[in-house]
Amino acid sequence: MRIIVLAKQVPDTNEVKIDPVKGTLIRDGVPSILNPDDANALEAALAAKDQFPGSTVSVLSMGPGQACYMLRECLAMGADDAYLLSSRTFGGADTCATSTTLAAGIRKLGKFDIIFAGRQAIDGDTAQVGPQTAYRLGIPVVTYVMKIREYKEKSVVVERQLEDGYEVIEVSLPCMLTAVKELNEPRYMTIGRIEEAYKKTITIWDENDVALKPESCGLKASPTQVFRSFTPPPKGKGEMLKGTVPEMAAQLVAKLTEKHVL
Amino acid sequence: MIFSEKHELIRKLVRDFAEKEFTSDMLDELEETGEFNWEIFRKMAAAGFTGAKLPVQYGGQGSDYLTYVIMLEELARVSPVLAIYANTSNSLGGGPLLLSGNEEQLQKYLRPAATGEKILVFALTEPGAGTDAGGTTTTAVLDGDYYVMNGRKTFISGAPVADYAIIYAKTDLKQKGARGISAFIVDMKLPGVSLGKDEKKMGIIGYPTCDIILEDVRVHKSDLLGELDRGFSNAMKTLDGGRLGVAAMSCGIGQACLDESIKYSKERKQFGQPIANFQAISFMIADMATELQAAKELVYNAAVLKDLNRPDAPQACYMAKYYASEMCNRLAAHAVQIHGGYGYIKDYKVERLYRDARINTIYEGTSQVQQMVIAANLLK
Repeated sequence: MRIIVLAKQVPDTNEVKIDPVKGTLIRDGVPSILNPDDANALEAALAAKDQFPGSTVSVLSMGPGQACYMLRECLAMGADDAYLLSSRTFGGADTCATSTTLAAGIRKLGKFDIIFAGRQAIDGDTAQVGPQTAYRLGIPVVTYVMKIREYKEKSVVVERQLEDGYEVIEVSLPCMLTAVKELNEPRYMTIGRIEEAYKKTITIWDENDVALKPESCGLKASPTQVFRSFTPPPKGKGEMLKGTVPEMAAQLVAKLTEKHVL
Repeated sequence: MIFSEKHELIRKLVRDFAEKEFTSDMLDELEETGEFNWEIFRKMAAAGFTGAKLPVQYGGQGSDYLTYVIMLEELARVSPVLAIYANTSNSLGGGPLLLSGNEEQLQKYLRPAATGEKILVFALTEPGAGTDAGGTTTTAVLDGDYYVMNGRKTFISGAPVADYAIIYAKTDLKQKGARGISAFIVDMKLPGVSLGKDEKKMGIIGYPTCDIILEDVRVHKSDLLGELDRGFSNAMKTLDGGRLGVAAMSCGIGQACLDESIKYSKERKQFGQPIANFQAISFMIADMATELQAAKELVYNAAVLKDLNRPDAPQACYMAKYYASEMCNRLAAHAVQIHGGYGYIKDYKVERLYRDARINTIYEGTSQVQQMVIAANLLK
């Protein structure tokens, strides 16, 4: 199988704070990591490669040059090759422009059987890039994949996570699957593969390489813009009522009346 | 030292692995049973730790000494004993083969040690020959195609779980001291090989240690390692490399002592404030961090010199081993002191660190041996 994985380098949000004045993320000194759901996507791809020897796994990302570090990590986990879409023109992209660019990169990579992506990135939490990219490529997408049941010749059977259960979906190939963390446990890199990863070349493409016009990329092609970021104030302390049920009901009615809710 | 991106990624791998896989339950079990944990050993081998700096053609990962010291530091930071699991094949186990093994021996013995399929240990010390390793009394006498070995090796780390041991024995009884000693690869399943009882150690509990007893053990001459009667230099060169590993593990222990001390001194309140507010504590922490950093720089520098195959590398390794092993004992003492009574209780990590630190100034050459060699190099 020819497998493509979409991966993003993100700030480790466990350590990110928001500047209370500017309302922007304070990224100084915050380590950048492989987006956690994308690690599950990569693991799914590598597991498929283990199951079907001779398969190849290519990782594709969009971002600044420093994202190469994250791509080396993907190579050290077992990916065969890595590609980075990187250009000033791509800067300031929202999910719409990002998916245009990623789809162009995927077309350049050529024929494929499956694309794995993470459900969402921990910095934006939109969960839009995977489905949008699939739409642009004209292939089916299953989001929230929590289990891969079976690969068939021309399709794959997966379990899709729902709030109160899951649904079983058979989807024809080629397709896009977006992974949740329940899908698998990402493998470790190995020391030998880290050595090999630094002997490989990461291919870097700009808009010309993937035949995109500058007006189709980045800020110019982004219909949405971040207006303001802020930390919502914490919810006030709740109040626990005490007593028997009728007593508490009476207290509740009194309070709600007092607040003119009733 | 400023590291390359590659070495940063190695550190990330080992740190993530150690923090996630070395659970406190597992570490407690090691301490309570003293038994080798095969499951974690196999996981470590799969991540490439057992073959980190061994060549790819012999089953290793093909990385360098700098990777090796970063790996041991990060492993020892979480568990000094589990760091040894990754160390042996890279160091005293694989070292003698790498130095003197022929192609057949390297494929037969080093490859499975690098991949973690087999355990290979180093057996030099005897009841009467510690620092004075030239005092070896184990003998190997040629009889046809075999050497017949007799003697006793003591304090052999990993012997209870070993498949093979590199055993040094006197092959020319007429030669005195370090001369006339040869190295052999001995299959631990050979008739006449037996084990002493597991030693009850102060620290690094969970990597079992015992004596190896040899009674008319017939070792085929194809398992003679390197030149006949020239095995002593093989042992000494192996130990040169091994010292760097001990130095790196000492840095990991030192780091753990510092981490625990910082955490505890900010939490623990006396006189209405965290004890970190008192200079008696904070200055101790400043000293700990400074000494730790100095030791790390010695270790990283020695590793780079080894990677460059520089002639001054051995001296750098002696200094790193001497300083770092003493440093981790000072830091462990400070860490227990900062924890006060709690530091004396087994529920606290520093109690174990204090005991685990202690071996580092002793094995692979005591601090005094390092001083002797460092001085001899300077004064020759």
